[in-house]
Parts: sequence; structure tokens; C-alpha cells
Amino acid sequence: MRSKSWFYVGTAILLLFAVAALLAPIIVPHEATRQDLANDLVAYSPEHPLGTDKLGRDILSRLIYGARISLMVGVSTVALSLAAGLVIGALSGYCGGWIDQLLMRLVDILMAFPGILLAIAFTAVLGPGLDHVVLALCLIGWTGYARMVRGEILSLREREFIQAARALGCSPARTILRHLVPNLLPPVVIQATFGLAAAIIAEGSLSFLGLGVEPPTPSWGAMLNEGRQFLLVAPHLTTYPGLAIMLTVFALNLVGDSLQEKLEPHGQ
Amino acid sequence: MTRYLLRRLALLLPTLLGALTLVFFLIHMIPGDPVEVMLGETASGADKEELRRSLGLDQPVYVQYRAFVAGLVTGDLGRSLYEQGSVTALIAARLPSTVELALAALLVAALLSFPLALLAAARRGTWRDRGALLFSLLGLSIPNFWLGPLLIILFSIQLGWLPVSGSGGAAHLILPSITLGLGMAAILTRILRASLLRVRNEDYVQAARAKGVSEQQVWLKHMLRNALLPVITIMSLQFGSLLAGAVITETIFSWPGIGRLTVQAIQTRDYPLVQGCVLAIAVTYIFVNFLADILYRLADPRIIYEE
Repeated sequence: MRSKSWFYVGTAILLLFAVAALLAPIIVPHEATRQDLANDLVAYSPEHPLGTDKLGRDILSRLIYGARISLMVGVSTVALSLAAGLVIGALSGYCGGWIDQLLMRLVDILMAFPGILLAIAFTAVLGPGLDHVVLALCLIGWTGYARMVRGEILSLREREFIQAARALGCSPARTILRHLVPNLLPPVVIQATFGLAAAIIAEGSLSFLGLGVEPPTPSWGAMLNEGRQFLLVAPHLTTYPGLAIMLTVFALNLVGDSLQEKLEPHGQ
Repeated sequence: MTRYLLRRLALLLPTLLGALTLVFFLIHMIPGDPVEVMLGETASGADKEELRRSLGLDQPVYVQYRAFVAGLVTGDLGRSLYEQGSVTALIAARLPSTVELALAALLVAALLSFPLALLAAARRGTWRDRGALLFSLLGLSIPNFWLGPLLIILFSIQLGWLPVSGSGGAAHLILPSITLGLGMAAILTRILRASLLRVRNEDYVQAARAKGVSEQQVWLKHMLRNALLPVITIMSLQFGSLLAGAVITETIFSWPGIGRLTVQAIQTRDYPLVQGCVLAIAVTYIFVNFLADILYRLADPRIIYEE
């Protein structure tokens, strides 16, 4: 298949999950937190096509609500990290001097840690919860964007159209917002796509370790963690949430790869 | 080279200092009273005061920081709240298992990616190439916290070939190392394939072919050897990431490494141990990356001449 087809496949999968997440309250067959202990660990029944968990809760309904959590964490993390990374990277690249040195040393320090380790450490001290997960992922997430934006600005600011804007008396803020940022978009969009995939996996990892969202809120990572105790008797508890995470990340990687090929062919 | 080494060392020190400062402040980021969080609300006032004193939390922050750095210099990371022994001793006992697992994962990644990348590059544009790229994409997309349970279901529960968890022999190492190494195999397949495609039109490859060297020899001796350079760099850089990825893998397989120790410490709110583990993994990661950088320069002298 050509890259365009891969792009459409990825986008279709993502749209499916996004629509399911948005319409969750309307389309779920059962309430995601409703317990039915008489029907626990069912693998399949017409009423529960994907089975039930140890408390008899419907897996399909929890998966659909889980899509909300995963996508919400992913999108909020990317949006906040990107905003912070754009501002800090632009400041660093545009101002140079000691501001650049200070900000980039901070980036170096945060990047000296393996990302997921720092996220685990932050959520371990802040305590579990959706807000803390997003905060922890943003604390490590902005650095990649900041470094990339700084690099791009360093190369762009020597270009003629930027020199011209300055010569015409554009203020630094206007130069950054009107002339630099639009030129930064292609690499930023690509990195944000891969960043979304990384955030979804990271949220899953944190929830899997019991550091993510708190029960009974359904999250794909937390569902996998709960299912781990029942691998022998109910492997479906881990199969479906795992498949959901993999499909979403796979789709994002497909879209990211296609965008990279299209927008930055020389970077391949 | 000496100049480069000195410059790299000069960059390493502030990074290390920054990393340990961040780890120091972790305990201060706990919302509310850290001692109450560690001991629980029901703990007696005397117990809380005792812990506060032993952790030095009754001192001003700069005194605590000085003591923390002084302790690090002498290899003292404090004492665990619940485990017997010092944090340093607990980490030292677990670190070799994690390194063993990471090395095994590295081997798995190399064994999977090298043949796949060679096949993909040699048959570019065919179904084999697309298959290798699809494997790479799937490998990048499958989270290790799902791959681990999947492998357990298949190889331990259904087929009964391999142990479910624990350590003690090569059989115990197979599933955790595949779980940890698959993502890296996916990355290496992509990079080696691209690197092989880049060198295939180089003059020395054409020269080897013109001399009548067999196609197999051209690929293995001339192309692979030269294409390996970026792969070696990525492998060394990724080795550090494997240490962090081990936190999940060790938890799934009850592997007695530092990753599992970290999770256990988090679950028991043993923050001095959490601090120690995070610092140990981060410092190892920083040093491995530093060594990878130096080795890369040594392996490719052209980079030094270009400076």
C-alpha cells in the first residue's frame, strides 16, 4: 500500500475511536461502572459481546469509556506540552544568550532522565489521578518540543524573510507569531502525532502500575492491570484493552509516518 | 579527542547535578506533610517526629540538600523505611539483575532486527520489505505491558513451554527479554534498513562488485559493516531506555531487578527508596549515554576530524 492509503487507514481508525469516545454515553450498551457479580468473568454472551470483568462490568462499555480517558490524556498532554514547548523554545531560540543557555540546560537535565521514569516518579509523589498524570506527562513532554522549536528558529531566523520582517520594524512577538510559527508547523505537527502515541502508551503504563486514573474510572491501562490477575481464567480481560491501545498507537504511527513522508521528505 | 572528552565531561557534571537536585526535590513535591503520607494518618506523633528527624525533614531545605549531596559522595542514599538495609545496598543487590535483563533484551533486538533489515533492504519494495516495515510499525505500537501478558498466555499458560515469572536460569529470561527488546528491535530494523539502503550505492560497494565479490559477501562484509555504525549508536543510546522500560517488564514477570524494587517502594510509599532507585536508574542512563557518545566518536574517526 502507498503512504496515502496508510494515512487513510490510520485516520479511519483514529476517527472510529474519537467518535466512540465522544458518543460514549449514547452508544455504550451498559453503564461502565455497573457491577453484576452474578455474571463475573464471562468471556462472551449476547448481552456482553466482549465479556465481563471480575465485578461483572461490561468490557465493551468500559473500553469505549476508556477511549475517552486515553484520548483525553493524550490530547491534553500534547496540547499543554506543545504550548509550553513552543513558548520556551521560541524564547530560547529567538533571544539567545543567557536565556537560551538557562532554558536549554533545564531541558538537558529533564532529558537526562528516561521519560517514563520521571513520569512514574512524579505521579508517585503527587498521587494517582487524571490531573496528576497529565501534569507528570507535561513536565517531561514539553522538552522535546522546546528543543525542536529552538533548533528550527535558529535556522529560520537567519533566513531572508525574517531579516526583512525585522528590517521593516516588526516587534519580536509579531515576528515570532506571524512569521516564525507558521513555518514551524510541519515539524511540530509530525512530532505532536508521535507525541500523542507516546502519551497514550505512557498513560497506559502509569495506569498499569496503579499510578494513573483511580478506580472505578475505566482506563485501558488500568483494565489491563486488573486483568493481569486473571490471565489463566479470563485472558479476554487483558486482550481487548491491549488491542485498543495497540490499534490507537498503530494508527497514530501510520499517520505520523505518512505526514513525515509528505511534509518532510528530506528527513526520511 | 581529549578536548572533546573534556568538553563532554564539563557538560556531564551540571547534568548530573541537575538530575540529583531534581531527585532531591521529589520528596518535597509530596502534597501536604510527606511524613504523614509515608506513615499514614493513624501514626503517632512520636513516630512522625522520629521519621521527620531521621529523614532530616526538620532541618532547613539547604541543610537537607547539603546532607543529601554529601551522602551521595560517600555512596550513602539513606535507609529504606520498610526493607532491611541501606538504600545503596538494596539497589546494589538488584541492579545486576536489571543489567542482565537489559543485555538479554539488547541481544533479542539484534537477533530479530538484523536479519529482517537485511531481508527488507535486499528485497526493497517487495512483500518482504513491506512485511519487515509492518513488523517494525507493530513492534513500536505494542505496549510492553500488553506484550508481556500476551506472551505469558501463549508460551506459559497455553503451551507450557516457559515459566510464568521469577528468575533463575535462561528459561526465565526469555519472555522478559522479548517483552523488553521488541520495541528496540522495531527501531533497529528501520534504522538498519535505511542505513543499508544509503550505503548500497557507495563507491566501495560498486568496487567490491566489480572485483567479482559474491553478492552475499558484498552485503555481509562490505555493506552491513558500514551500515552498522548508526545502529551501534542507537543500540547504546537505547540501552539506557531499556533500564527504564525494565520497570514495567520486571513488574509483569516478578523479575528481581531495580525496576520492580522501584514499584514496590512506590506501593509502600517508601520515598527514600524511591529517590534512590530513580537516582540510580537516571545516573546509569546518563553514564551509558555518555559512554555511547564517546564510543561512537572512537568508532568513527571522521567525526573528530570534522570538528
